[in-house]
Amino acid sequence: MALSCSLNRYLLLMAQEHLEFRLPEIKSLLSLFGGQFISSQETYGKSPFWILSIPSEDIARNLMKRTVCAKSIFELWGHGKSPEELYNSLKNYPVEKMVPFLHSDSTYKIKIHTFNKTLTQEEKVKRIDALAFLPFEGKVNLKKPQHIFSILEDYGLDPNCIPENPHNIYFGRWIADGQRELIESYSVKKRHFIGNTSMDAGLSFIMANHGKVKENDIVFDPFVGTGGLLIASAHFGAYVYGTDIDYNTVHGLGKASRKNQKWRGPDENIRANLRQYGLEKYYLDVLVSDASKPSWRKGTYFDAIITDPPYGIRESTRRTGSQKEIPKGMEKCPESHVPVSLSYHLSDMFFDLLNFAAETLVLGGRLVYWLPVYTPEYTEEMVPWHPCLKLISNCEQKLSSHTSRRLITMEKVKKFENRDQYSHLLSDHFLPYQGHNSFREKYFSGVTKRIAKEEKSSQE
Amino acid sequence: MKLLTHNLLSLHVRGVGPRGFPLRLQATEVCINPVEFNPDILMHMIPKVEWVALLEAADPLNLVEVTKGLIEGHEHDENLLRQMHHVLLEVDVLEGTLQCPESGRLFPISHGIPNMLLSDEETET
Repeated sequence: MALSCSLNRYLLLMAQEHLEFRLPEIKSLLSLFGGQFISSQETYGKSPFWILSIPSEDIARNLMKRTVCAKSIFELWGHGKSPEELYNSLKNYPVEKMVPFLHSDSTYKIKIHTFNKTLTQEEKVKRIDALAFLPFEGKVNLKKPQHIFSILEDYGLDPNCIPENPHNIYFGRWIADGQRELIESYSVKKRHFIGNTSMDAGLSFIMANHGKVKENDIVFDPFVGTGGLLIASAHFGAYVYGTDIDYNTVHGLGKASRKNQKWRGPDENIRANLRQYGLEKYYLDVLVSDASKPSWRKGTYFDAIITDPPYGIRESTRRTGSQKEIPKGMEKCPESHVPVSLSYHLSDMFFDLLNFAAETLVLGGRLVYWLPVYTPEYTEEMVPWHPCLKLISNCEQKLSSHTSRRLITMEKVKKFENRDQYSHLLSDHFLPYQGHNSFREKYFSGVTKRIAKEEKSSQE
Repeated sequence: MKLLTHNLLSLHVRGVGPRGFPLRLQATEVCINPVEFNPDILMHMIPKVEWVALLEAADPLNLVEVTKGLIEGHEHDENLLRQMHHVLLEVDVLEGTLQCPESGRLFPISHGIPNMLLSDEETET
């Protein structure tokens, strides 16, 4: 293929976590940085080794400044199913592409990375010695080498069946590491202000990456809670807005979500959270507002909408409504000055969310949100859709044996005409999801437990 | 609440026409929160700003003078951009109210956070 000649091949070493979320992340980031997703492998499945064709090393470096799914990227010099195949492939790699990194006044080291097997020091040395045919002229420097080369060996995915010889061996020049350390440095455990449903740091960054958030974007979370998703976007240089119907959460009042702490402290709020990470300059504002009745004027456009709507399990689904519809004895919240909130059907909530995104996203802007599903009844047709929004990816995260949530990413591909045009069209498309209005009941009902029990007994 | 936010807020209630914008801003406590200057984000935001509404909101706050409209070539005028930066992003209304020009409905701002929830009567479903 003419195309593949001009593209360099890179080896991505992926982290073995959130497997389904990896491919959409890499695809989104490549398209963000002007690359295209071209793979020489049919499918990546669960393997941590991915070979990609990327137009330039700059794009590869930019990708690694963002990804939390990939650990490292290497310029691939050779690949084989056996040592002989690898050496042959290395001999075919153009010498002029190697020489700039091997000349006599450079320093280097060679590392060995194995997946699903541990090698002895002796075995490692043997593998390095076998590469003596490459024109290495520089000096070895183990502490601060200019260039790092890696041999990567793949012993498959089954820890109970480790083969004698690797399935695949790769050799390449290390280029950059990904952003895995963000998962630790932004850990919810160390965050000042958290809620009952704060998003895991790794998934927050994955969401921002699926949403193609970039510097100087304006990102909005209509169910902001304690603002965890805004933190990930702000880390990538986007300016952030959030709204939530819960007055106490937005103001950082009320009971603490943390163990051993009864009430929230005076400086527990979204702004202080951003400040904790040195990101306060990206804070635009948060408002107390009802996601079903947005208060943005026409012409407000967001570059991305990234959100985790409440499903009614640990945070209730609510919207404001008329007192007449409310049964007596609903909780009252004096500070919020609007005491009523209705329970909000999940299908209505997603209908509102998609309609809102279709209207307020810039063209090419993305909506990223979680859709809770009851897995025994789930089909792809249930995923809400909108004529202005194109489905980009749909990744499952299991919550329990019979429930999961799906991270849905959509891109605005068409201008929004007017609200009424979509109103009935939409309600039909949301019908398939309506069974999920009772997601909460199903989640808590004995049905889940009973089915699990039945399955267990049938296996025995 | 920043003046940029004020500039983007409107009220959509059934029965209240399209003139839910701009909300009348009454500020009782304002502070200036220094924000790092970034010309790129300003260039991204300025086209979204409704100037008349911004002027109206900024006027009673006795801030630096705001230019009376979008000047051609503003992206090359750092002074102008710094002015806009100050007005849009650094002025923070801590306490006050927003009032719907059509229905007269008041929305309180407390601790810098506007409360846009509607009361029962205005919420028709």
